[in-house]
Amino acid sequence: MTRISLIALGAFAIMASAICLLVILPDAMLSHVEAPSQLSDYTAVQAQGRAIYVREGCVYCHSQQVRDPSFTTDVDRGWGTRATVPADYVYDTPHLLGTMRTGPDLINVGQRLPDIDWHLIHLYDPRSLVEWSTMAAFPYLFERKAPADVRAEDRVVQIPGPRAPQGVVVVARPEAIALAEYLISLNRQYPVNATAGGSHDSP
Amino acid sequence: MSGSALDDRDVKAVALSRGLVPDDLQARLRADASSRTVVLVLFTAGIIWLLIGSVFGEIASLKLHWPDLLVEQGWLTFGRIRTAHLHAVNYGWATAVLIGASVWLMPRLVHAELRGARLALIGGVLFTLGVAVGVVAVLMGYNDGMEWLEAPRFLAGPFFVVGGGLVGLSLFRTVAARKADHLYISVWYILGAFIWFPMLYLTAKWREWSGVEGAAVNWFFAHNVLGFWLTAMSVGLAYYFIPKVLGRPVYSYQLSVLGFWSLAMFYSLNGMHHLVGGPLPTWMITTSIVASVFMFIPVVATGINLHMTVIGRFNALRYSPTLRFVVLGALAYTAVSLQGSFTALREVNRITHFTHWTVAHSHVGGYAFVTFVCFGAMYYIVPRVVGHEWPSARLIRWHFNSVLAGITIYVVGLTAAGVAQGLALLDPAIPFQVSVERSMLGLYARSVGGLLLSAGHLVFAWHFWLMVRMPSSVPRRTRPPFHEAQPVLYSS
Ligand code: HEM
Ligand code: HEM
Repeated sequence: MTRISLIALGAFAIMASAICLLVILPDAMLSHVEAPSQLSDYTAVQAQGRAIYVREGCVYCHSQQVRDPSFTTDVDRGWGTRATVPADYVYDTPHLLGTMRTGPDLINVGQRLPDIDWHLIHLYDPRSLVEWSTMAAFPYLFERKAPADVRAEDRVVQIPGPRAPQGVVVVARPEAIALAEYLISLNRQYPVNATAGGSHDSP
Repeated sequence: MSGSALDDRDVKAVALSRGLVPDDLQARLRADASSRTVVLVLFTAGIIWLLIGSVFGEIASLKLHWPDLLVEQGWLTFGRIRTAHLHAVNYGWATAVLIGASVWLMPRLVHAELRGARLALIGGVLFTLGVAVGVVAVLMGYNDGMEWLEAPRFLAGPFFVVGGGLVGLSLFRTVAARKADHLYISVWYILGAFIWFPMLYLTAKWREWSGVEGAAVNWFFAHNVLGFWLTAMSVGLAYYFIPKVLGRPVYSYQLSVLGFWSLAMFYSLNGMHHLVGGPLPTWMITTSIVASVFMFIPVVATGINLHMTVIGRFNALRYSPTLRFVVLGALAYTAVSLQGSFTALREVNRITHFTHWTVAHSHVGGYAFVTFVCFGAMYYIVPRVVGHEWPSARLIRWHFNSVLAGITIYVVGLTAAGVAQGLALLDPAIPFQVSVERSMLGLYARSVGGLLLSAGHLVFAWHFWLMVRMPSSVPRRTRPPFHEAQPVLYSS
């Protein structure tokens, strides 16, 4: 065998082994994880909201994971009552674990902030509710209508305070409602079975 | 074909004046000529991506401290523009330049003309088109999720696979046709990269991954695309340019071999360190942390090798912009890797994970290392491809000073912000608000640094344009380039 094919083969073999160890093996092991009985799959609207979460790139500022209390203070901060485990994510495609906390963790935001109207206002203009927030605003998920054009079925959003737009009514588009529905559905506080649920990184 | 090839009489004169065998020099010129078009097209594409990516990066940066800026259009929202930035700079800029440079280098290294130059050209163009498709899709709101893999598999994927494949084919054929017996270490890295990247991309994209397994695949890919594509290619280039410009052999052959195989073995197991503390089995994360610590071996081996080649010759950095950029890039490689191993440790990661520290680290790697090596390579290659020297030493100086200042401000600012943010997040008595406020100064610093980087990029793009537009009536290069005779980086 020539030297060059040795190098190529070696390079290939090392990467193939790594794929076996860190992709194929865990896939086989994790495929046995069962969904906890209290966790249900996303409804159609929630799934649509989740797709908008992906589309707008919320994951680049918000994580969706609670880490072990022995290791960090995620639980003390009120982001959840326990560390999340693989079973909490069986319905998640694609995963949204995240690597930044430019904003707070969201895996249990539906428990912390269950009011859909709060979320609609917050999506339209975060700083009308949270003065110091640096979150992006998503006014394009809403319509601004003249009061006369508002129809009965419209989801009107009352923006509080001095930042409220003048002379127009803010109406949530279906996308905004779906996203807010998804957010209030996020709640992984039920107890999990340690063997069926898979384990988390516990140093 | 003629492009930069000199006529025989000139070649003989130049060769003799430099103590070279005329036939060797002619062969090298033929090797250079064979890749000329591909190289110029890819470098041009790369520079366009750099400019686009800088605009996206700067907008993303401004938005993090001025969140009400440009909120009315979906395509300008932070999450989309930031992802477009990542694709433009990593798969557009860095990848196009690294492919271009390797297509230029490989024929030289193996003493053969580039085989399938047209394939390589088509492949390079397809790849870059794929990036365009991916960026537009992300901006329009179509993305596959999974960081670093957002470009939709069915829209952009075929371009990446076919495009990258064609370039790879051309390089493999060139190596197969080699006339040199010895395979210099740069050949190893470039070939390795062209084997590894497709393996990684296909593994990550061949199906949709769910749940935490998706996270494992995501970070297996994203970490390795750094280690086995950007890093492997850039280290391969650094291994060529440092000894080449200095005219000294590389410090140790054994170390370069050790560095190569240990990089392959340990880097490939690093990916899970992006998920420390996360909802994945402990053994996976621990494996990656251990492998991250073992990265000391390739990093120190490569570091010693490259730095020992320069040691005692630092003066030469004043004369050659290539050397200046590549040597700083190599130093940044050592620094970012040591920082990375340190960051992977649980005790450190619990502070820095989820903070701007990571973004600073990304830019030490993606910018101070990879982008600097790309600049250095282009300063060397373009004159040899177009057949005349860079017109202005001053523009080179401006470019260098501006990007060095910019990246320093960027990294120092965000690293400090990351630590402050991380310590605030770790103390439950401190409200979240404080972690936001404490990052603010660093985020402003990043925007200032970003402006300096962008200014440097504009200068470089302008200089490149002057260079390729220069009429061919300008005397062809028959003497050593001016920067081998007089300092360009400091006017002394
Ligand atoms: C004008 C210059 C640049 C500016 C202002 C800039 C700014 C930014 C910003 C604001 C982000 C988003 C950070 C976040 O999500 O919180 C980012 C991400 C990123 N940029 Fe840049 N950037 C610049 C140049 C580059 C270059 C040239 C490269 C590499 C070739 C690069 C590589 C990256 C990477 C890899 C990320 C992802 C970071 C992560 O997820 O941790 N950037 N950049
Ligand atoms: C020994 C080598 C290295 C080690 C052990 C290492 C380690 C790490 C760790 C632990 C993280 C995750 C931080 C977190 O999320 O908490 C990280 C992120 C990152 N590293 Fe490295 N690093 C190394 C070298 C490099 C190099 C050479 C580059 C660039 C070419 C690089 C680019 C990045 C980028 C871009 C990220 C952010 C990824 C993202 O979140 O999008 N690293 N690194």
